[in-house]
Amino acid sequence: MRASQHDPDIDMLGQNLLVAKRRLLRMHFEAGVGHIGGNLSALDILFCLHHHVMGDADRFVLSKGHSAGALYVTLWSLGLISEDDLCTFHKDDTLLSGHPPARGIPGVEFATGSLGHGLGLAAGLALAKKIKGEEGRVYCLTSDGEWNEGSSWESLIFAAHQQLDNLTFIVDANGLQGFGTTAEVADLEPLSDKFRAFGLETNVIDGHDLKSIVEVAARPVTGGPRAIVARTVKGSGVSFMENRVEWHYLPVTQAQYEAALCDLDRRHDCGEVNSCETNFAGRS
Amino acid sequence: MRNEFCWSLLAAASDEKVVFLTGDLGFKALEPLQAAMGKRFINAGIAEQNMVSVAAGLARSGLRPWIYSIAPFVYARPFEQIRNDLAMHDLPAVLVGNGGGYGYGVMGGTHHALEDYGALLTLRNMHVFVPTFGKDVPAVVEKLEKFEHPAYLRLGASEEPMGFKVPEYAPWRRLTEGGGAVLLAVGTVAGPIVAMALELPERHRPNLWVVAELPILELPDEFISDVRSSGTLLVVEEHMVTGGVGQMIARELLLRGESPARFAHVAADGYASGRYGSQKFHRMECGMDPASIRSRLAEWRMIEHGNIAA
Repeated sequence: MRASQHDPDIDMLGQNLLVAKRRLLRMHFEAGVGHIGGNLSALDILFCLHHHVMGDADRFVLSKGHSAGALYVTLWSLGLISEDDLCTFHKDDTLLSGHPPARGIPGVEFATGSLGHGLGLAAGLALAKKIKGEEGRVYCLTSDGEWNEGSSWESLIFAAHQQLDNLTFIVDANGLQGFGTTAEVADLEPLSDKFRAFGLETNVIDGHDLKSIVEVAARPVTGGPRAIVARTVKGSGVSFMENRVEWHYLPVTQAQYEAALCDLDRRHDCGEVNSCETNFAGRS
Repeated sequence: MRNEFCWSLLAAASDEKVVFLTGDLGFKALEPLQAAMGKRFINAGIAEQNMVSVAAGLARSGLRPWIYSIAPFVYARPFEQIRNDLAMHDLPAVLVGNGGGYGYGVMGGTHHALEDYGALLTLRNMHVFVPTFGKDVPAVVEKLEKFEHPAYLRLGASEEPMGFKVPEYAPWRRLTEGGGAVLLAVGTVAGPIVAMALELPERHRPNLWVVAELPILELPDEFISDVRSSGTLLVVEEHMVTGGVGQMIARELLLRGESPARFAHVAADGYASGRYGSQKFHRMECGMDPASIRSRLAEWRMIEHGNIAA
């Protein structure tokens, strides 16, 4: 949310997102689990898609299953997951496993968590709509590290060749993966050029600029799928978590949790959170 | 069986829910299906992992995907997609593997399917269909059209003995009857064994059973009774020992308190000599050709000396 823009819908979205981010942090703190970094990088996108882009006929696949927490919080904000269920996250006898489960949660189409599956699954949903002559679009969120997987490219070839113009996939490009930066491990940048080379209409956006996420994701496309490379910050919104590999793994301590909430509130109040200028200083 | 499969599915394909995905195979075999199904016939290219994920998306949307390739390319290459995308969600999609066992013969080991149903049956919700004869295929396809779970159909080259009347398809069938040992075979390897069995005098003729649906959910009383009365069981399958029907049936019998005095398991054994040849060549090397089976029965003294266990 840029401070200079005053779209009431987007302002409201930013307010709701603050609540969701606080809830996401609490969830990870109480459960004592990691992956908070990648969840914070994805939450703005998930929130925008589910609250402002997708309609009843649309479907969503979370290919980066390790951002399950962010998806659960988004579905909770829509009333699809109860507060009671959310409190069981990552605990014994929960529906909400660390990666999305195969059944039991409305809005979760597939168990994901092994990378390189989601785009193919989403292509199948999109192809089914074509075959059945159904309305609606299919959205898929992948990570950037996930493009190391050969199956992701198989699905890209397929979706482009089948001209699935009802499919939009978004890459949560936070630049960090399991054991290093994406540049260090297997550099695929610029990803957008690669998608364009496959003939896809491709947009590069700030993945924390709510207005651009909503505008670009909702935009129709002809001739094939749309790719959106969303430049994001792992750990977005919490200064000491931003762009640090360890927040792919670390659980949150009591002190860190309290500090994170303060930081989140402070940055939201002064208009820093979801601000392109803050998050993207020095990045192209 | 590939032609029987094509024609059977052609009959089913008028259902708008049926979608056929091929991993770029089917030249000179599946053209009629391609012509009839139009946009519901999809050549997914040489990309089996994506093909299975796409099929899961189709099945999740209420369609009925069939996923076709040479057997190892449809069960081994995309195993994780089968596990996560199909089996975990219990989606009704049919994997069709052409050339079960050593079916692709001298094409070599990469094209053989020696651990297909064993590997797949470790997955929850997965079911396997292994027709014995080409004539079984229409009934199996008809069953699969309405099947509500993920399934694997293992096709092979049918070998129907001259003059033998194939009994109507059933998950368990007794193909030959006599006073000899009990044989349990899986798939097309049973064909030549039927011919051998029919040549034996009735008092020595084996009770040759075939099982076509796995996992083993039922065990016919007549089968148990045959095993009990002869005290023998010889399992023959073109599949590795581990995960094979030999292991499954031993478990089922033990759970029921049955333990035949003589039990043997003739299974695929890879490439013992390191040399390659036809399906027949590899079957011989593994001792599952009719002559080797006959020798095994003689070792058990189930041929020359009659049924000593009876």
